[in-house]
Amino acid sequence: MTAEKGLQRADAKPRHKPRLGRLRLASSRPPAPAVFDEMCGAAGAPPRAVYAEIRQWLRDTPLDILEARRAQAELMFRRTGITFNLYDGVGDGERLIPFDLIPRVLERREWNVVERGVTQRVQALNAFLADVYGPREILRAGLIPEDLVLGNPQYEPRMAGRPPPKGVHIHIAGIDLVRTGPEAFLVLEDNTRTPSGVSYMLQNREMMLRLFPELAAKARVAAVETYPALLLQTLRSVAPEGRESDPCVVVLTPGVANAAYFEHGFLADQMGVELVEGSDLFVRDDVVYMRTTEEPRRVDVIYRRVSDVFLDPLAFRPDSLLGAPGLFGAYLRGGVTLANAPGTGVADDKAVYSYMPQIIRFYTGREPILDNVRTWRCREPAHLAHVLANLETLVVKEVDGSGGYGMLIGPHAAAAEIAEFRRKLIAAPERFIAQPTLSLSTCPVVQGGRIESRHVDLRPFVLTGAGGLTAVPGALTRVALAAGSLVVNSSQGGGTKDTWVIGD
Amino acid sequence: MLSRTAANLYWTGRYMERADFLARLVDATTGLAGLACTYGGELADAWASALAASSGQASYRKLHGELSQPAVVHFLTLDPANPSSLRNCIGRARDNARTVRAAVSLEVWEALNDAWHAVERFGAAGLPSARVSDLTQTARHAVMAFDGSAQRTMMRSDAYWFLQLGAALERGDNTARLLDQKYHLLLPGEEPVGGALDYFQWSAVLRTVSGLPTYHLVYCDEVKPWLVADLLIFNPQMPRSLTACYRDALMFLGQLGEGAVESAPAARLAAATMEGLTRSDIGEVFGSGLHEFLSDFIVDNNRLGSAVAEQFLFPEIPEWSLR
Repeated sequence: MTAEKGLQRADAKPRHKPRLGRLRLASSRPPAPAVFDEMCGAAGAPPRAVYAEIRQWLRDTPLDILEARRAQAELMFRRTGITFNLYDGVGDGERLIPFDLIPRVLERREWNVVERGVTQRVQALNAFLADVYGPREILRAGLIPEDLVLGNPQYEPRMAGRPPPKGVHIHIAGIDLVRTGPEAFLVLEDNTRTPSGVSYMLQNREMMLRLFPELAAKARVAAVETYPALLLQTLRSVAPEGRESDPCVVVLTPGVANAAYFEHGFLADQMGVELVEGSDLFVRDDVVYMRTTEEPRRVDVIYRRVSDVFLDPLAFRPDSLLGAPGLFGAYLRGGVTLANAPGTGVADDKAVYSYMPQIIRFYTGREPILDNVRTWRCREPAHLAHVLANLETLVVKEVDGSGGYGMLIGPHAAAAEIAEFRRKLIAAPERFIAQPTLSLSTCPVVQGGRIESRHVDLRPFVLTGAGGLTAVPGALTRVALAAGSLVVNSSQGGGTKDTWVIGD
Repeated sequence: MLSRTAANLYWTGRYMERADFLARLVDATTGLAGLACTYGGELADAWASALAASSGQASYRKLHGELSQPAVVHFLTLDPANPSSLRNCIGRARDNARTVRAAVSLEVWEALNDAWHAVERFGAAGLPSARVSDLTQTARHAVMAFDGSAQRTMMRSDAYWFLQLGAALERGDNTARLLDQKYHLLLPGEEPVGGALDYFQWSAVLRTVSGLPTYHLVYCDEVKPWLVADLLIFNPQMPRSLTACYRDALMFLGQLGEGAVESAPAARLAAATMEGLTRSDIGEVFGSGLHEFLSDFIVDNNRLGSAVAEQFLFPEIPEWSLR
């Protein structure tokens, strides 16, 4: 059986003309007219040259081989325990994040724009935090309402007047982008608290290199494997004063039940540092130690994957068992560095997000390289009125939500759900923002023995240390696996893909 | 090394060793029970003694009451309600390692993860008797894969020593309990085993510890209870003998003690038990009572476990840091 036949077989009744030259992309329904497809390009345009290797590969590889490889990948992920935890009362809670074989590709030229855009953004976000916990110039300039910042539940008043080591608040950021056209990358969300997913960027690459070594070699993909070394370098660079010579770095995890536990262990392993839980740490005289089989060892930098409120029962929630008593006090008095700093959540509040263009101009003196998605702030009566009148077409999100929970996608929602959000919006408008429903770009995926087209987003990661900002040329691409779905979150059944940056 | 990491590795080692013991115990007892039917013994006796060797009598009685082969086999292998069932031991070994994933090699983690998935496939309900040996074989191979991958891929550093230390203490405990179950069958002096059934009882003990060929090799003799006890207590070449377990434990504690020798209560306790084993012999043990000897050993072995926990796994915060 030839490859061509393999592909045709799945397409017994072609409903559409193939759009890939001779390649019959079996079931790739041509996306709705306005949707940009990562491989095929805009409707009517020729297929994108950057996907040439991948199209050739899809032409040469029968679908049943792809299916077999996908099963092999799943088995390897399961064997090595690359899972995330989801507790919904079914099974043991350990799930695989579905991995799709067909890489998502960015041209180097496109990546350069993304990279400059997200680093500009993270630089502005760090400057914003230094300012709102410092001189508050942006508030005095009247560019953003004072109560939105200082009255924000994510604002941590105890951080005011306490610049973090080397002035960095957000050491690790994940910026969620969506693409709506050839040149249109929009920022959907900033994640400045404890963004996750970078381990999937690395594992997906490793899996692709293992399954299809020739393909990646032919395409000359930019390397992402340096990320753990860069992360360690970033964390070491922000050690507290006097501890710069050989700082001890650890990763603090909430524990094995956390959804991203695998990632915490993976990163600790890759950096060669300890993965600790709160109970492994204790604080004396504003110095943090870990309990070891020999003597207590001093800890200098904590890459914490525990939320602010659980960090320290003496300073935040008293019932938290996930942190260490005295940790926040030690941090405030310079005994240890926390990455990210406490109180960064105010920067990724979705109402604050809507001011990002002004924030970027204010701190960098330049125009934003990447645009925001148009956002209605329900805290403002005029915006609220517009949102309530257009719920059927909008996406409504909680200002501090994440993981795809607690959001309304108007066009896909039932009447009851819309009514429920209407009540919620009227009761507490300041808790919500709304955005137009975007037509996210699509990418081919292998599913059920066919090649289908699914919506994707893009999460590049930006590291900020004492020496500046870096982003490895790659990202996490998340895929909404249900046909037509726009929700890519892994907690909602989303999958991931390897993301390639190719070209010079 | 983090104390919590050390504790998890120690318990991973212990639980895998216990899983192996349970699989062997079920295999040997199944064989023995079959023979009991043939040679006129009590089927239930064999299983009662297997339960006792796994220290599960009390919780079994609470859960099931009457002794029956299928119920005991289920209790020892797949029963989720028995905290020390084979399934739970492998599950806990894996959970312990999963929490400290980075401390073991990828191969060791895969062996544990595979072990869990392999055992999980048998489900949690009782198996038809024809499938029990599939399960025990699966478990025994899984433990060998775990041991082998640890031996072949782990750095000889604290993580490895804690894994091995847990296994050594558990192994000593298992051997002592196994032997203690049969002490009442021991005949005075060097008399050969009485009837066919007694012979099979002792063969079953040896089979549980893979010791039958070793026995023949070492003693060139028919199976005599006296010599079986000698093999399992004193023979340093027999990997499951109490002496061998303590020789190993002392070596692992020595590796762990480097740098902090002056305060090593665990090593001191282990050395004292080892000295007792070296000074004594099987004649003396029989003279003063095998049961008493084994009970004392089990108590000492538990005490060593507590000393290891105090010294390494849950250390007090030292005074100097409280300044």
